[in-house]
Amino acid sequence: MKSKNVLLIFNKKIMYKPLIYRLAKDFDVVFNVLEAKILPKLEGRLILELRGEEDSVDSSIDYLMQEGVVVETLVDRIVRDDERCIHCGACTSVCRVDALCIDRSTMKVMFDHEKCVACGMCKIACPVGAMSGASIDLD
Amino acid sequence: MIGVEIKKSYEEINSKIREGKAVVVTAEEMPKIVESEGIDGAFRKVDVVTTGTFGTMCSSGAFINIGHTRPRMKASKIWLNNVEAYGGIGAVDCYIGATQVQENDPLNMVHPGTFKYGGGHVIEDLIARKKIRLRAAGYGTDCYPLREFESTITIDDLRNAIMFNPRNSYQNYNCAVNMSEKTIYTYMGILKPDMANASYSSAGQLSPLLNDPYYWTIGAGTRIFLCGAAGSVAWHGTQHAPECKRGRNGIPAEGGGTLAVVGNMKEMDPRFVRGASFTGYGCSIMIGIGIPIPILNRDLAFYTGRSDRDLVCPVVDYGIDYPSGTGTPLGEVSYAELKSGLIEFKGRTVETAPLSSYPMAREIANTLKDWIMRGFTIGVPQSALPTVPRGKNDETR
Ligand code: SF4
Ligand code: SF4
Repeated sequence: MKSKNVLLIFNKKIMYKPLIYRLAKDFDVVFNVLEAKILPKLEGRLILELRGEEDSVDSSIDYLMQEGVVVETLVDRIVRDDERCIHCGACTSVCRVDALCIDRSTMKVMFDHEKCVACGMCKIACPVGAMSGASIDLD
Repeated sequence: MIGVEIKKSYEEINSKIREGKAVVVTAEEMPKIVESEGIDGAFRKVDVVTTGTFGTMCSSGAFINIGHTRPRMKASKIWLNNVEAYGGIGAVDCYIGATQVQENDPLNMVHPGTFKYGGGHVIEDLIARKKIRLRAAGYGTDCYPLREFESTITIDDLRNAIMFNPRNSYQNYNCAVNMSEKTIYTYMGILKPDMANASYSSAGQLSPLLNDPYYWTIGAGTRIFLCGAAGSVAWHGTQHAPECKRGRNGIPAEGGGTLAVVGNMKEMDPRFVRGASFTGYGCSIMIGIGIPIPILNRDLAFYTGRSDRDLVCPVVDYGIDYPSGTGTPLGEVSYAELKSGLIEFKGRTVETAPLSSYPMAREIANTLKDWIMRGFTIGVPQSALPTVPRGKNDETR
């Protein structure tokens, strides 16, 4: 079994096309919607956790890409500029999945991108612009 | 200072510093020393305690002299990277304020605005020796005929760049919550409705003025660490309030004192300053300050020996009370609780997040300790900050 978080960007031509249900039906991939945002007449963005055999997950992603969906794998997508981060902790209050949290012994802010679901909230909360990358919100 | 008991003099401490024999510890290390050796023991042992803070300090800015142009110009309006600096002073002097936003910033037109670049960023970029676009306009006089000027400069092209912050280093500060029903975007960060989170911004036990609660050793002339350079305290800061609420140990339990500080920007280190953007609120700057406290008497050993357990701050509602300027604090919490990540408050468990950087505050206190061990002497305050007499019943045991 493998689990992968992906950001899917649907342009306006395909944003109302029923594609997602086929992941389960044809590829035997379990999906979990982590975030979704629709910008009417522009595009739709969806963050999914895909779970299944490695081959199935990969071929389901190939399928989505053939249909014109832009697929971004999220591990390593949201990044922190470690030179810029001053470990204030402001981002920790908005990160719901604890990808950003404080090590209480040092009070430093740890970033675990494996846990990140690219909601983009830390980009809004960080006062010094240390967080960047593809997220559910348009940049 | 008048009325302050001096059992170990500035001269004595400074000559020890010059000889490299002074015992210097940080305000984070001091509580352990007081615990193990007692207050009297700690007083005898320790000469100086260093403090530090690194956080958003809106009342900050810099006086900049751009140098005379040829022909000369009386620059009445000046922009640095399209952020206006106040030009209503001498011909080529101006003051760039940290919260000034770039011209044509959309502000909060689409709420919450992002406030990407402002005066604080200009100051950071100058200190980082980045190129800055300078633009000036004047109306022309007989002695200053030039009306327009544009150039790309770095801090090294400026005649002077002097940071002068009218209100920094708040003695203590609020813990913010939101009792309203919608998410709010404040200078205390993003606050979720119905008290779902709490934010705080003081460095607690490392915070400079919490370690000298009655300002016995800090006054105009005190030499400090300011954004990586040696600066000094210029005066008391705006909104300085020594008559604030104090705890049984005499230490402020709310805002309290503030400092006006000054330093040469050309000597500062970009590591210890950051332009800041608070979504929905505006631009600002994060400033790093460290202040040495000479341990002149045993009471100062007591104060610097307090830890986060002994320091409290008020919990204030930023949903309704703060913006309307009404209401009273909802209660008090200690910095030890705040730093644990969770507070028990009004029967609820609330997640906390800091806004000022404790790791940076620690680094500043350690850097200042290092400076002093290598000969940075203690500045004797030349005029005292306004203060109040120590409470008769203050516990200092
Ligand atoms: S984008 Fe930021 S806030 Fe959202 S999950 Fe990732 S780290 Fe947390
Ligand atoms: S808010 Fe920004 S600077 Fe502060 S800890 Fe998070 S990433 Fe670092």
